Amino acid sequence: MASRILVGTRKGTFIVEKKNGSWKPRLAGHAGGGVNYVARDPYTGKLWALLGFGHWGAKLSVSTDEGETWNDNPAQIKYPEGARYIGQDMYEDAGSDFGVGIKIVTRPATVQKLWIIGFGPGGAVYVGTIPGGLFVSRDGGGSFELNRPLWNHESRGGDLFSGEGKGETKWFGTPASEGGEFAPGIHSIVVDPRNPKRMLLAVSTAGVIETADGGETWQPRNNGMRLDHTPEPDAEWGHDTHYIEQCEGDPEHIWQQNHVGIYYSSDGAKSWRKVSRPEQGVHFGFPITADAKDGRTAWVVPGKSDMQRMAVDGALFVARTKDGGETWEQLRRGLPQEQAYDVILRHALANKDGAVAFGSTTGNLYVSDDGGDGWTTAANNLPPIYSVRFA
Amino acid sequence: MPSVHLTRHLYTFFPHLEGQTIIVEASTAGEVVAALERLAPGIGFYICDELGRLRTHVNIFVGKQMIRDRKGLTDAVAANDEVHILQALSGG
Repeated sequence: MASRILVGTRKGTFIVEKKNGSWKPRLAGHAGGGVNYVARDPYTGKLWALLGFGHWGAKLSVSTDEGETWNDNPAQIKYPEGARYIGQDMYEDAGSDFGVGIKIVTRPATVQKLWIIGFGPGGAVYVGTIPGGLFVSRDGGGSFELNRPLWNHESRGGDLFSGEGKGETKWFGTPASEGGEFAPGIHSIVVDPRNPKRMLLAVSTAGVIETADGGETWQPRNNGMRLDHTPEPDAEWGHDTHYIEQCEGDPEHIWQQNHVGIYYSSDGAKSWRKVSRPEQGVHFGFPITADAKDGRTAWVVPGKSDMQRMAVDGALFVARTKDGGETWEQLRRGLPQEQAYDVILRHALANKDGAVAFGSTTGNLYVSDDGGDGWTTAANNLPPIYSVRFA
Repeated sequence: MPSVHLTRHLYTFFPHLEGQTIIVEASTAGEVVAALERLAPGIGFYICDELGRLRTHVNIFVGKQMIRDRKGLTDAVAANDEVHILQALSGG
């Protein structure tokens, strides 16, 4: 049974361990600093933390001693000279009825946020950022390089390194950046366990994108998804994917929590099917986690709706499906059923070997040892929780 | 040579600088940052972004004067100047 959980919070990295039958949290590093994500590289055993300091920028921190000590990684994530992207500026326009206009601008890229780290065999480490960069290391994190085919993808305006691009991007922006600017962000990295050259990324707010050739070329994988909330519901791009996760043991099965509901793919993201059950309160949310063995099993922690992003009707529950989203169970035993307003962010739900854990922005951490049937409160009064990963 | 005073926040990340009198050879704010980087590899990326611009809400004072060139850090630093590097505001 999994017995150690890495927790990234707004005020530090916590390690929560099960000892003598109960879970105990302890502050394990980065005290006072924003920790967007903490995870263990299963290939090298290193722990990685993605830090966001309000004043001092985004930093990559690494531990080689199981979290006892942390150091800034010698190689940091930096955009190369000339990396530009298309954004918007608001300007004062006396001629407009509203007094302001919007101008499309090309902006030099700097790291606004390190959001997700992913791992592959042979020293591959991947970091996804806002404004939408995928950084790749082939040497276990010794050096990182921006993936240029994705950065220069035609869907986001073409090559702005060497040219002027096409002047139009189909990737929108997320308010999750730390610099205040709305820019797209890569929050999900899936490395196919059968073939590491095949990867899926998910972008807020563009959708799902796949490479089959190790990052040389990228294709959208948004078939079946609908942008219910926009005038062009069948657009290829602009999907507000909140998170995707692949079933490790049955990799054609991929789960997605989207702004407009829950999607499931049983054909490796070639097509998506909406499996939400709004009438059962299983629809809106941020995180999703796929069972490591059974492709038809997944968990979500629903929120009320995009208008009210908190626990449904003041009661916290986890929803589990075991049949590919045909039916969902509401799992409530051990979770607060009144005056609970927890929000669970996209990286704050995980499962391993039958254990499931999630943490909320209200600083509560809940763990189940039996697949979600019953829950234990592992910690209260933590800082707002950004990520939860078994390690 | 100018002396440099750092906010305590930076000592959290670079503890070996704490308690040191930091004297650098520099004639511009940018050269001060470059000299600090030699003393404490990585600190330059705390103070400036990858475009070399002073990070938003980080300030450098030369004497009592806040530097004006946040992009190129060309503001002059004289031999007897005291340079302060600190964050502009804080939050909860």
